Amino acid sequence: MSVNTAQRVDLEVVADLIPPRAKVLDVGCGDGELLELLQNDKQVDGRGVEISQRGVNECVARGLFVIQGDADTDLGFYPDKGFDFVVLSQTLQATRNPREVLKHLLRIGERAIVSFPNFGHWRVRLSLLLRGRMPVTKDLPYSWYDTPNIHFCTIRDFVNLCEEVGAKVERATALDGNGKKIGVSLPWWFWNFFGQQAVFLLRR
Amino acid sequence: MEALRPAKNRDEANDPSSLVLRFGPDKPLRLDAGIQLSPFQIAYQTYGTLNEARSNAILVCHALTGDQHVANPNPVTGKPGWWEVLIGPGKIIDTDRFFVICSNVVGGCLGSTGPASINPATGKPYGLDLPVITIRDMVRAQVMLVDHFGIDRLFCVMGGSMGGMQVLEWAASYPERVFSALPIATGPRHSSQNIAFHEVGRQAVMADPDWRGGKYIEAGVRPKKGLAVARMAAHITYLSEAALHRKFGRNLQDREALTFGFDADFQIESYLRHQGMTFVDRFDANSYLYMTRAMDYFDLAADHGGLLAEAFRGIQTRFCVVSFTSDWLFPTEESRSIVHALNAAGAPVSFVEIETDRGHDAFLLDEPELFAAIRGFIASAARARGFEPA
Repeated sequence: MSVNTAQRVDLEVVADLIPPRAKVLDVGCGDGELLELLQNDKQVDGRGVEISQRGVNECVARGLFVIQGDADTDLGFYPDKGFDFVVLSQTLQATRNPREVLKHLLRIGERAIVSFPNFGHWRVRLSLLLRGRMPVTKDLPYSWYDTPNIHFCTIRDFVNLCEEVGAKVERATALDGNGKKIGVSLPWWFWNFFGQQAVFLLRR
Repeated sequence: MEALRPAKNRDEANDPSSLVLRFGPDKPLRLDAGIQLSPFQIAYQTYGTLNEARSNAILVCHALTGDQHVANPNPVTGKPGWWEVLIGPGKIIDTDRFFVICSNVVGGCLGSTGPASINPATGKPYGLDLPVITIRDMVRAQVMLVDHFGIDRLFCVMGGSMGGMQVLEWAASYPERVFSALPIATGPRHSSQNIAFHEVGRQAVMADPDWRGGKYIEAGVRPKKGLAVARMAAHITYLSEAALHRKFGRNLQDREALTFGFDADFQIESYLRHQGMTFVDRFDANSYLYMTRAMDYFDLAADHGGLLAEAFRGIQTRFCVVSFTSDWLFPTEESRSIVHALNAAGAPVSFVEIETDRGHDAFLLDEPELFAAIRGFIASAARARGFEPA
């Protein structure tokens, strides 16, 4: 499910939000980079869900517990409150039903951490405004017809979705292209314009 | 002198060329059918050396028509062991490192007590007088074998198909004795369609006049035709349409044109006939009835109040569940239901679905992705168990 593994600049930021020995489910865990990081540095009890066979095999070889599956169809099988944290990194925009996925994350985990590329970034806006074309940037390298990212949103859109499903935003961070945090207490509009990535810590 | 007899003429059912463990009247096998089977014996093979802590044992469970000869030439067929691609010195299941045990299941026909074994009460083969055997019975017998070695906890229990059912039963019934579990191409219960195929096979056996109500050994005959048909039908279910078509297509067998008769015009017919014929030379027809019945009766959820997750409640065993995309005998959904139950029970579980067109039998073949998954899983379990890296 992790379709943008090359761009997981958010890993450090996500990892920082998770305390030691937490029980963590990483949905769209790719090759298991985050889970391994968490397991080694924070001794978390980590599990993963990954859609690609290559990713799953890589994870199993790393000694991680990962299930080949699809966030859209398989999260329903996880019991309520089974995890302290459920992570959805760079995957939300590739799900068929982001709203349902988000609801599952909040149901399965005490807290959910969601990161995604911000479609409200100025480069994206500029591309559409000036060129009249769907943006293809370093962060979003696909053409409109072959992109796995079928449900892009902006930071503002996501905040609205959180309100809609009753999720409380405990922390939010915008990142620049190198994964660096953009000023902590800036208004949403600023993040929405200058943030390339966003990381949200949510709870029910 | 006995060991020197050519394997061909040896009565493998009663006097196997493998190791045998015999249990006297003091140690009966409690069967689900409500009977204490005694005396009884388990034929088995081991590979490698059990370490001092007795912590490096891997139990391999065989499938429907498999046997204990997992990593040595088969004494009946002369062919390599059925999982020799995987198990041996320096291989993925490294016998320089692990102590591998594989036993013939109870009800089998290669030396563990089964329908071809002599019933001590009559001096004749059991035939259908042997109670119906279940997967749980097979596992109970394996527990007695493992106890014999003084092994408290197996490092891993692994197997495919019916072997996978035994793996699940081990984990559900003896979770504290299984450090890691590797069920492959299996399910938590036998589906209606699978029972249907098995019933076709059994009816074929029983329709053969030479079956003689199960007493063919005493009559000096064997229901070869019936068993061959059973095997032919079953064999189709082990493959996939894509693989069959890739391998045989509509190719003709040693001929230029259709013969307008019922000889084996097509290669696939000839292939199936060959599969059927070679099978009857190595397998006992009654044992085939018992093995298929054991699989049919398997329903792990039903044994735990109808909820599969209950079978795994509180389990600490590390799992790796594997399925194959083209397996229509045990489709991926069956494996997924195991995984969902394990997840619900909070068990540490990985699940890999291997992309292949080779159908159910893929688990016995040289499948690189399967081997990669097994290698990774075993290596991480070994680390977790505190073994030195290989």
